[in-house]
Amino acid sequence: MAIRDETRMLLESMNRLFEDKCTKQVVDAAETGQFATDLWTAVAETGVPLAALPESAGGADAEWSDLFAALRVAGRYAAPIPLAETMLAGWVAASAGLDVSDGPMTVGPVRAGDELTLARDGNGWRLSGTASRVPYAKAASRIVLIADGPSGEMAVALDGIAGATHTAGKNIAGEPRDTLGFDGLALPAEAAAPLSDGVSRAALYRRGALARATMMSGALERAMDMAVGYAQERQQFGRPISKFQAVQQNLAVLAGQTAAAVAASNVGIEALGGDPEREEFLIAIAKARVGEAATLAAEIAHQVHGAIGFTREYALQHATRRLWSWREEFGSDPEWAAKVGAYVCARGADALWPTLTEAA
Amino acid sequence: MATPMFRFDPMTLPPEAEALRGEVRAFIADHADAMSFSRSGFDRDFSRAMGRKGWIGMTWPKQYGGQERSALERYVLIEEMLAAGAPLSAHYISDRQSGPNILRFGTEEQKRHFLPRIVAGELTFCIGMSEPNSGSDLAGTRTRAVKVDGGYRINGTKLWTSNAHRSDYAILFCKMAQPGEEEVDRHGGATQFLLDLKSPGIEIRPVIDLLGEHHFNEIFLTDVFVPDWLLLGKEGNGWNQVTSELAFERSAPDRFLALFQMLREMVRLAGPDPDRATAAALGKLVAQLATLRSMSLSIAGMLQEGLQPNTESAVVKDLGTRYEQDIPVVARQLFPTEPELEAVETYVSMIARSTMSAPRLSIQGGTREILRGIIARGLGLR
Ligand SMILES: Cc1cc2nc3c(=O)[nH]c(=O)nc-3n(C[C@H](O)[C@H](O)[C@H](O)COP(=O)(O)OP(=O)(O)OC[C@H]3O[C@@H](n4cnc5c(N)ncnc54)[C@H](O)[C@@H]3O)c2cc1C
Repeated sequence: MAIRDETRMLLESMNRLFEDKCTKQVVDAAETGQFATDLWTAVAETGVPLAALPESAGGADAEWSDLFAALRVAGRYAAPIPLAETMLAGWVAASAGLDVSDGPMTVGPVRAGDELTLARDGNGWRLSGTASRVPYAKAASRIVLIADGPSGEMAVALDGIAGATHTAGKNIAGEPRDTLGFDGLALPAEAAAPLSDGVSRAALYRRGALARATMMSGALERAMDMAVGYAQERQQFGRPISKFQAVQQNLAVLAGQTAAAVAASNVGIEALGGDPEREEFLIAIAKARVGEAATLAAEIAHQVHGAIGFTREYALQHATRRLWSWREEFGSDPEWAAKVGAYVCARGADALWPTLTEAA
Repeated sequence: MATPMFRFDPMTLPPEAEALRGEVRAFIADHADAMSFSRSGFDRDFSRAMGRKGWIGMTWPKQYGGQERSALERYVLIEEMLAAGAPLSAHYISDRQSGPNILRFGTEEQKRHFLPRIVAGELTFCIGMSEPNSGSDLAGTRTRAVKVDGGYRINGTKLWTSNAHRSDYAILFCKMAQPGEEEVDRHGGATQFLLDLKSPGIEIRPVIDLLGEHHFNEIFLTDVFVPDWLLLGKEGNGWNQVTSELAFERSAPDRFLALFQMLREMVRLAGPDPDRATAAALGKLVAQLATLRSMSLSIAGMLQEGLQPNTESAVVKDLGTRYEQDIPVVARQLFPTEPELEAVETYVSMIARSTMSAPRLSIQGGTREILRGIIARGLGLR
């Protein structure tokens, strides 16, 4: 299967939109705590954030693979909006028949160790526990969480952070990562419902990991593009530094890691919606490999840029600080590599080759 | 974006390729005794058996004995064979690069003469590019051909020629020269010949490699006569042709599967429930391998579309050799042992072989630095 025409068209229009609306000023301003409302509105108008949902739930039945491809573009432009989070929140909410919102949404728990519980309280519910480092929690018009209910995992939808203890935090790219605490927050009956369609905390965690891997592949494309462009412009010793073989060799490594990251994230994307165990294995491969690439490539992108790349003024940091943040979010590359290793070891040495070559 | 991005579109194998996989696995099971960890497996019977299956030159036109099957089917065949440790050496170079170059540049007579024999597993080619003073810098080739009545008279020395001692022909890369001329012009005149290694004036001497094995050779050519009909392509077009031959060489999926059996052995040693550090180290290698495989499949898809993914191939080879060189490094950390080539324990001899083989991986077929130079050119830097 080659890339579909629809995907190409979507990518081109997303590229144009971000090129136009996601300028350095917009990314910088978002870091001061102002939500990028104009950018969000423009993206929301395309319908992309909710496109995966069924038409009955306000979506367009779009292919997840297309939406993940759009996330790559968002990563390329360091888009300071909860696009992945809104997509995932809509997916969790719709699987439980809960309403989605037109505005930006977010989702949680995003960390493996967090615990949230829902207890019956008359007709309604009481929510307790902690969801840490929830992206854009304060800006979200709806927060969709997965909690342990009396008979299994359930989705809960909150209209904002009211009623939660909110501790603001940031990742090192300056993106909001807020911790929400709930101490028996009372909720009406219709705020929570059981999950369906294979949606679960584990499924959310791995799709979150794939979203970050895909966004990283975009950020890597940006870092590479900047490094290659800069090397051709910057002159030292009377010629562009791109003419020095040491610089060329470094850029070749950067390009190889970037290409590997794009390919690895595609391995995960191709697995979406298949057998859950297989999906988990292939997404683990994606997050592990992209995280490795991010570490190697960010180092080279900075090396090629010299001191200018070490400034806030110059936009390389938009890409590299995100790479260093996202490689840890929804599980680090070593964490996911350990899952890959555990999976193949559990199946045994003789199953390794069949496992790798199993048809999609 | 200003920078040219390399293309690695995801590729799903078509049903006929998956069907072939089953057939290949059955064939491998029938030939289990022939499988080994040593890459130099040279086994004419095995090659003939593959030939009878139609698995050599399988993408070539039917009129020359091929099967006109797709590059993706060939990909599956090769990856299954390499992962199993099949002895492919007697036909692999002919299948991978010599045959395709004959198909591309050869005369009708050459195609009819050589291709069906390659397809049958009867004809072994080797690669006559490197020389004592010309490795990465092929333009420095000194082997020279002088036009004589009815053919060419060739003098020079080739070095590092893998399997020359068991091959029938070499595709020889050399320069055209005037009679009596000892030094040839660096540029221009590059020419390729189909060289019969049984020709008078050829002496093949073994060069023992680091493992103590006879894998490659030095070939001395003294007034060797090559008849006109064995000129490949055109006089003076050799540079183009050798570039094409190298592209065939580098786009093959064989740059990351030579040590697959060792990775499998490491999984065996780890057991079903390894500690986290062991799982993470193995998982990292598996993630690299799965990514390389997906990139290599994209390349097969591009070949099938008739594209020439030269830069992409250099990327995969560079990443693939890095991954393979890391395997013994990770192995010795996870499962330390004193390596011994002849050890009875599979793993102990594997780590010995892989440790000693590692250096060659980023030298043969274009050194790491040369490949990165090709990638840099693809980025528009050179
Ligand atoms: C196991 C094995 C099998 C082989 N089989 C064959 C065969 O069958 N047929 C055949 O023709 N050849 C064969 N070769 C030869 C192989 O193609 C050459 O070894 C290779 O092209 C490098 O040439 P060299 O060894 O002369 O090294 P050199 O070219 O001398 O290189 C030495 C070092 O200098 C570096 N270097 C050279 N030029 C540059 C540059 N411009 N920029 C940066 N660094 C540079 C290289 O990267 C390398 O690190 C084989 C080699 C090996 C190891």
